[in-house]
Amino acid sequence: MDNNILILTEGMQTSVQDLGRKGYRSFGVPISGTMDKYSAILANKLLNNAEGLPVLEITMVGPKLMFEDHTLFVLTGADISPELNGEPIQMNQVYSVNTSDVLSFGKLNFGVRTYLGVKGGFLTEKVMGSHSFYDGITQQGKVKKGDRLKIASYENPLEVTSSKIKVKPLHFSTTKLEVTKGPEFNRLTRKQRDKLFSMKFKIDALNNRMGYQLKNKFPPVKNNEIITSITIPGTVQLTPSGKIIVMMRDCPTTGGYARILQLTDMAINQLAQKTENDTFKFDLESSFEFLGRLVSRFRE
Amino acid sequence: MPIKFSILLNKYKLKYKPLGSIAVLIEWPKAIEEPILKNISIFRNKIHADMGEYVLETVPAYNSLTVFFDTSKIKYSGVVSDLKEIYSTKDQKLLTAYKLWKIPVCYEAEFAADLEEISKHKKLKKEAIVKLHSKALYDVYFIGFLPGFLYLGGLDEKLHYKRRDKPRREIRSGDVGIAGNQTGIYPRVSPGGWNIIGNSPINFFDLNVFPPCFAVAGDKVQFIPIDAEEHARIRQEVESGNYVPKSEIYG
Repeated sequence: MDNNILILTEGMQTSVQDLGRKGYRSFGVPISGTMDKYSAILANKLLNNAEGLPVLEITMVGPKLMFEDHTLFVLTGADISPELNGEPIQMNQVYSVNTSDVLSFGKLNFGVRTYLGVKGGFLTEKVMGSHSFYDGITQQGKVKKGDRLKIASYENPLEVTSSKIKVKPLHFSTTKLEVTKGPEFNRLTRKQRDKLFSMKFKIDALNNRMGYQLKNKFPPVKNNEIITSITIPGTVQLTPSGKIIVMMRDCPTTGGYARILQLTDMAINQLAQKTENDTFKFDLESSFEFLGRLVSRFRE
Repeated sequence: MPIKFSILLNKYKLKYKPLGSIAVLIEWPKAIEEPILKNISIFRNKIHADMGEYVLETVPAYNSLTVFFDTSKIKYSGVVSDLKEIYSTKDQKLLTAYKLWKIPVCYEAEFAADLEEISKHKKLKKEAIVKLHSKALYDVYFIGFLPGFLYLGGLDEKLHYKRRDKPRREIRSGDVGIAGNQTGIYPRVSPGGWNIIGNSPINFFDLNVFPPCFAVAGDKVQFIPIDAEEHARIRQEVESGNYVPKSEIYG
């Protein structure tokens, strides 16, 4: 029998995402995938799922949803005061649910994006190798009230999972985002480089799955338009008017602005947990140090 | 008409740059021109043939090619040295073949919201604009921006026309537009600032087939004027799944 989750209310921007749609960039198809991969992978690990299984990405305002059959679920990422049948529940803790149990959310305590993982993952349509919602590739860009999202049937009710972990608060509160130099970094003057790494940047209201604009005005750079070339999630663009835009998971495959920096994947995850008026600095790191830390973080 | 030709791969001084930790960005001289397009296409084919073991995907643009590699199998420096070796192979003559795609376009008034304005501004008869636009053979440089959006080169200078000051909220799927020195086709409904001069009834992106785009970088495109009646007929064929894009092979 099919197992579904019924969407009672949809929340602000709720969508099924996995690790992305790879191999189709040269046809103009964005990568997509979970904005905060770290938290999404964590959800799957807590459930003993394969780490790339599709999860539900919830943004700031939670949906209300009903489980139509039993399963195990876990919530990671942003804390939006989750409740199961009206009773407060913990983040990063696996729960077992039965038919008609209702999951709802309240006040946003910290972070921006929450991940709902279920045992065996979501089984919504798979297009071009990925379950990630992207308008025009999948039938819808976000879930709507009344949708029934198919999930794996839960075959083993006796399985005991007691995994609970402590997530470092720094993942949400960090004010330093690790970057490497972008292809056009060398066009910046010494003064501009100093400014780039000393300035405190503030996130604009225009921030979504496609990209984050920053409020600060940065001194424009000579010849900062380029012949249209590749952009990837994490690419930091500088526009001719001095606007800085950080490309995120749904970004177009190409763009025409100078690419001054490139966020590491972990920095993209951390930025995905920030929103309007949050501030941060760019932190230039050697990639080797970064990889070392990434490995140790996942071990913890 | 196009002739068979062969070129030497190793003819440009290329720059290799890291793109994050997952890709190598290869850059050609700053220009939009056919010899660079050919050079990128040939190099790209060689990369897929010789480095397929760890190359995940390659993404061409006007004067660049990005090579995504499996970081668990090789390091950045290893990829760059392999790329350099392949590119510098001496006396290597390579043939390229390409397809010329015949794209039906209806330039009649109901599909050409901005043709009148361009005609007035340029003091060119509408028929002359259509003739210039449909006579040219456009190079497909790459696909980007939206799924199935072809970056075309070769718009006649007489047709260069500035982007609209106020973008339209909705441009129809298949609309053919002009913006600055570019012409292109919107593969799906989208907002946009291009001047619309016609509409093609065919699909430029099909989820249900592989590859999802019929054209590839290095191909050419020509627009074939059709009337509204034929537009409707082809549209019907497309919708019932019976339309096959028309092409000729060269090279």
